[in-house]
Amino acid sequence: MNEDIKTCPIIANHIKVALVGQPNVGKSMLINSVSNAHLHVGNFSGVTVDKTEVLFDYKEYHFTVVDLPGTYAFTDYTIEERVTRDYLCAENYDIIINVIDSTNLEKNLQLTAELFTMSKKMVIALNMNDEAQKEGIEVNAEYMSELLNIPCIKVSAAQKTGIEELINTVVTVHEKPKQEPKLIFSEAVEEETENIVSYLTKHKYQARNSYRNIAMNLLKENKRTYAKLHDEPIWTELQPILIESSKHIELHHDTDDIKEAFAEEYASFNRGIVAEVVKQKVVQKEVKTLTEKIDSILIHPIYGIPIFLFLMWGLFQLTFVLGAVPMDWINSFFGWLGDAVGATITNDDMHSLIVDGLISGVGAVVLFTPNIIILFVGIALLESTGYMSRVAFLLDGFFHKFGLHGQSFIPLVTGFGCSIPAYMSARILKNDRDRLLTLFIISFMSCGARLPVYVLFAGAFFSEAIAGNVLFIIYISGAMLGLIAAKVLKMTAFKGADEPFVMEMPKYRLPSVKLIWHTVLSKTLLYLKKAGTFIAGAAMLIWFLSNYPHNQELQKSYALKIEQAKTATQKTKLNDKLANINLENSYLGRVGKFSEPIFQPLGLDWKMAVALEAGIAAKEVVVSTLGVLYSLGDSVNETNNSLKEIIRKNIPFASAVAFIVVIMIYLPCFAASIVFTREAGGIKYFFYMFAFTSIAAYVMAFLAYHITLLLGY
Amino acid sequence: MKRLIDCNKGEKVKVLKLDANYDLKQRLISFGIMKNAQIQVLEQAPRKKTIEVKVGKMRIALRAEEAGLIEVETI
Repeated sequence: MNEDIKTCPIIANHIKVALVGQPNVGKSMLINSVSNAHLHVGNFSGVTVDKTEVLFDYKEYHFTVVDLPGTYAFTDYTIEERVTRDYLCAENYDIIINVIDSTNLEKNLQLTAELFTMSKKMVIALNMNDEAQKEGIEVNAEYMSELLNIPCIKVSAAQKTGIEELINTVVTVHEKPKQEPKLIFSEAVEEETENIVSYLTKHKYQARNSYRNIAMNLLKENKRTYAKLHDEPIWTELQPILIESSKHIELHHDTDDIKEAFAEEYASFNRGIVAEVVKQKVVQKEVKTLTEKIDSILIHPIYGIPIFLFLMWGLFQLTFVLGAVPMDWINSFFGWLGDAVGATITNDDMHSLIVDGLISGVGAVVLFTPNIIILFVGIALLESTGYMSRVAFLLDGFFHKFGLHGQSFIPLVTGFGCSIPAYMSARILKNDRDRLLTLFIISFMSCGARLPVYVLFAGAFFSEAIAGNVLFIIYISGAMLGLIAAKVLKMTAFKGADEPFVMEMPKYRLPSVKLIWHTVLSKTLLYLKKAGTFIAGAAMLIWFLSNYPHNQELQKSYALKIEQAKTATQKTKLNDKLANINLENSYLGRVGKFSEPIFQPLGLDWKMAVALEAGIAAKEVVVSTLGVLYSLGDSVNETNNSLKEIIRKNIPFASAVAFIVVIMIYLPCFAASIVFTREAGGIKYFFYMFAFTSIAAYVMAFLAYHITLLLGY
Repeated sequence: MKRLIDCNKGEKVKVLKLDANYDLKQRLISFGIMKNAQIQVLEQAPRKKTIEVKVGKMRIALRAEEAGLIEVETI
């Protein structure tokens, strides 16, 4: 396929298809089978949910297939529903393929009925034909096409059957003028529809859609149709007719809610269709399905949670043990790259910018890619097998106490590794408020980059025997603070009725390797692209702030001293002293000095303040900044004994406690903040989080400092 | 009045009424939980915090609060 075809506008032989279906009907699998070698799969993102676009050629047609997020109905409940509905209502496309799970026709037809109101050309793909046959379900597709007046094609995305026929049908339907779908309602609704239709006919109302379609939309209180007719002169007469009609229908259904009445109408129509076209060959009565058998173990009241904890433990072991191997390679690669590129640059400033700023900054992001890939594979596995819903089922009781959702567990645990994939995995939460609340407390779960700081301080103030326990206490208290913070937020900022927990427990399915590969690949690329570009910028900024302005004279005088120094230790000492003075005079150092009064009540001096401020760029730099500031040179790590010594001598215990508390709570690193802002859906959320974490960190550190002092340490 | 949360594991019931607010009602209906629908209770989480029910061929998890809003009768 040519490059230019990808971007070409809608032309005569170009068919744009919107792929719509309920969740777990195998839409993504179908899109892969249809385009068979997926020639070009690109993600273009909505707010946080991505629609996937696939382009391919078939005969003389260019196809663009847009895979819309799975949705049960067009209510406003989830982002998926909104993205799908907005696309279907507002965007340009030629035809809808409605994907239906043949084994669960009645439920799936509910969405189909709602799609009819879009008044677009439509083809129904009866997917999972193979599974239906296994379960002894025979769907009469020809009869169904006739009943609905919409072509229904049996396909199996897994077995790749019927795909050709489906595409051919799409072409035929596209060529022919639009057919009105058949939907027959109860007498009451039909009568009222007829009323409105005859009124519109009488007044020869000009419209693109059929009168019946307009009447249905009016009765269903479709906002768009209302808005349109509201400005027409016939509205004054139409309105009383409508009110009467609605009353009649509501009376008929014994409800005061027209939507509920229509839901019942659809349900009975669907039951009718299913009764006509579906033949269940062997009725296996009262035999537990495989899914029910698995469920009786996996969501068992006693074994359920231990099994889950074991699986999570396994996933995190894999993430960090298996991930460590390629991380070593990446680390040495960037080390080598820095040396190799550095050797070609003669200008000192450029050298420092490229090697210390750019390469090491980007390297730090790329370093976490293996972790992220493994974690995403694990999450994709948990999700595509259907186990994730069970986790939510098991844990909802506990998390609900803190105002969280059962599914919040996954992002929160991921947060112990790295906040970036944690923010991204919060997408599994379908409801906006649940997701936002979870996003806000993810940073309370101490990420891996904060570990070196904890190790350093625990080692400095406690004996080796109890340092491990101290570390554990730090982690646990972070998590506890997070849960308390969730509760506080829920009672203040996220106040209001609890979001309901109503969720499908999908059938257990074996995961498709292809599908997992796809999800993981696109998510990983997204991570590298977004976080990579921003961290590169941030790294250079921090580099600049900590290196400038240069004091040339000081530089020269030290260069001279260093040259004259006799022993190697003297040289390093002088080098460290120069680095210290440079940092103290740098913009970053000035900021530290300037902000010292703010940190004074927490018992923190300007050096610790600078370390914390540098930690906003990346938590990895906290330890190295402390090292530089306490004159130890750049090459410091948490196992360095002399730094431990110096910290023990120079930092009072109470200040150290306050410092650790701030590290536990305050703003996550720059890259994570960027991802947070994107996932939360706006820059204002960043400022909310900045305010929330800063205030919480300040208050908690203040308390910790003074309580420790009171206790006499 | 019997409610869905009061049912025992394995019990089969018919929905009489949804006492939910507008949004939740829409949500329940989109899952097939509506008047006259038949529901079977499949599993219960510890202390009935959440329950798993079967509507048609679909399995649905509900929190106790939501299950308490669904009026049912035994069939």
